[in-house]
Amino acid sequence: MSLDKEDLLRAYRMMKTIREFEERAHTEIMNGQIAGFTHLYTGQEANAVGICEHLSDEDAIISTHRGHGHCIAKGADVPGMMKELWGSSEGLCKGKGGSMHVADVDKGILGANGIVAGGPPISVGAALAAKIRKNGKVAISFSGDGSVNQGTCFEAMNLAVVLEVPAVFVIENNYYSEHTNISYAVGCDDLKARTEAFGFPVFEADGADFFSVYEAAGKAIEHARSGKGPAGVFAETGRFHGHFVGDPQYYRAEGELEDLRENSDCLKNFRARMAETGEISAEELDAVDAEVMAVIEQSVVDAKAAARPTPEQVTADVYINYGAAS
Amino acid sequence: MAEKTMRDAINEALHQAMAADDSVFVIGEDVAGCNGAPGETGTVGGVFGVTSGLYQAFGPDRCIDTPISESAIVGAASGAALMGMRPVAEIMFADFIGVCMDQIVNQMGKFRYMFGGKSRCPAVIRFAAGGGFSAAGQHSQSMYQVMTSFPGLKVVIPSNAYDAKGLMLQAIQDDDPVLFFEPKVLYQEACEVPDEMYTIPFGEASFLREGDDCTVVAFGQMVPKAAQAIDALEAEGISCDLIDPRTSSPLDTNAILESVEATGRLVVVDEAPPRCGLTADIAALAADKAFSSLKGPIKQVCAPHSPTPFSPELEASYIPDSSKIIAAIKGTMA
Ligand SMILES: Cc1ncc(C[n+]2csc(CCOP(=O)(O)OP(=O)(O)O)c2C)c(N)n1
Ligand SMILES: [Mg+2]
Repeated sequence: MSLDKEDLLRAYRMMKTIREFEERAHTEIMNGQIAGFTHLYTGQEANAVGICEHLSDEDAIISTHRGHGHCIAKGADVPGMMKELWGSSEGLCKGKGGSMHVADVDKGILGANGIVAGGPPISVGAALAAKIRKNGKVAISFSGDGSVNQGTCFEAMNLAVVLEVPAVFVIENNYYSEHTNISYAVGCDDLKARTEAFGFPVFEADGADFFSVYEAAGKAIEHARSGKGPAGVFAETGRFHGHFVGDPQYYRAEGELEDLRENSDCLKNFRARMAETGEISAEELDAVDAEVMAVIEQSVVDAKAAARPTPEQVTADVYINYGAAS
Repeated sequence: MAEKTMRDAINEALHQAMAADDSVFVIGEDVAGCNGAPGETGTVGGVFGVTSGLYQAFGPDRCIDTPISESAIVGAASGAALMGMRPVAEIMFADFIGVCMDQIVNQMGKFRYMFGGKSRCPAVIRFAAGGGFSAAGQHSQSMYQVMTSFPGLKVVIPSNAYDAKGLMLQAIQDDDPVLFFEPKVLYQEACEVPDEMYTIPFGEASFLREGDDCTVVAFGQMVPKAAQAIDALEAEGISCDLIDPRTSSPLDTNAILESVEATGRLVVVDEAPPRCGLTADIAALAADKAFSSLKGPIKQVCAPHSPTPFSPELEASYIPDSSKIIAAIKGTMA
């Protein structure tokens, strides 16, 4: 699982792309350009990238309401996502889904999800398909520290063990579910142990550190791929924005956000590591930054100019075939 | 009389009901907010602010935050209600009924009947319902039309702040389980609302316009749109009854039928998709019970048979507007 320079540059580019996508989305939402409810992934980028760097298009992921990062890391078309946020008919989901429903099944992205813990049961099914076909593929579901309290999440974890399917349950603990802290919402004081009690190994990671997540994910995914049944990744992380754009964040401690941005920034951590090892120079990373900024800028320009959907598209794509009747 | 928003009117009803009766409590996700967090507990009051201030006024035992666990929230409410409490549970978005349907439909809604009439379950479950926020397929559904089909549940859909307060107070004192659907686009709409407590009985429609040519029945956020349509038609010499049933279960069938018998025409308006919905239900009622009075076709105005789209312009064409209601009213006269 050693990462060569190309891998490292790709991982950094992914994290930076997610960061800039989210920060730009934030700006455009504040400008009134993007409608609906949007939950930003800023601060958690290393989790998505550390996991998805192990995956190919044939592996499946299913994401959450905070889905942009997972989708980008799994290879979703960034301009297409931006157009989707704008509600354009050229968007990745033709403007039907928006932020909470970004999806691209061809890339193994079974969708962001507006229902908390809607995803884990579906990931068991995707993993079951891989098991039946014996193709060595895995299915990943992302959950938050809040999502894990939903019955569907418990059911999915247990069923995955019962069926011995290659499902990987990734739990990103950013300490809050909306406005409630994990110390209140998770009744026991060790969520990792609670998850392991279902009967699969859970590998711990520092969600602000790409290398830490990459390593833990490698173990979990290898476990699942090799036919030993499900596994988990438990990462401590932090989101740099509110739950949704516009959240007043009364739940935060004073200085908490500043501290997160200062000390738990995966991009800074990555750069520090590269400075230490000398694998990639700061100039090379700066060049990646500039390229990413240009891509995001262009995707916003394109999203603003993209075609708008027309009323007859409302009833398109409800079914594949509904017969002559309508 | 003071003007209050629908959000504030419901909030006031909750404050008053909790002050008046110790057995009333609220439970749900972030109904207080910030529990376990560094910030001050109770500063959220529900994501739409409807339970604002209840934590400060009544404390953690009566304004109870939960994990994200809709089935357990509904069960906790109905179980406490079976034991004599009067819980008001919040399920943030009506769409999340998908998660807790069993607890509502198979459990809470059937206790009394299956127990041979020997139980009461005075629980209220509140939901923010309906479209209008570009919130897409999983945060925009009305759901009340679906829940109306289940015997044992009462279903309330207020269309203005005044009704919302009176209906909420009725819901809390009602001995049956009540599902209370708050059209979320109306939270900020204000009208005159008395400060004192009052109740509005279930199954009693309100007449918001009176006219001779057509009966218009509308629910929730469609009520103000129907009023707009009717007012616009006045200039063309067309006058209509506008009926807001306020509760779909029980339904004030007498008010609807009497009006249809007088006007001879019927338009039914709802924002949900058409199949097995309230517009079809009420159209069938009139066709069955008032056929001989009808002078023209019954018209249904509703969303198409599709999920709610995200894109703002798609959603605008998805949710019925006053021009579609005007066309339907004229359609009954064609
Ligand atoms: C079934 C359901 N219940 C509630 C919500 C509202 N909601 C959306 S996100 C969220 C919090 C999720 O917390 P967590 O799982 O920790 O994910 P995070 O937001 O921290 O990424 C809640 C309560 C929902 N979308 N679906
Ligand atoms: Mg969280």
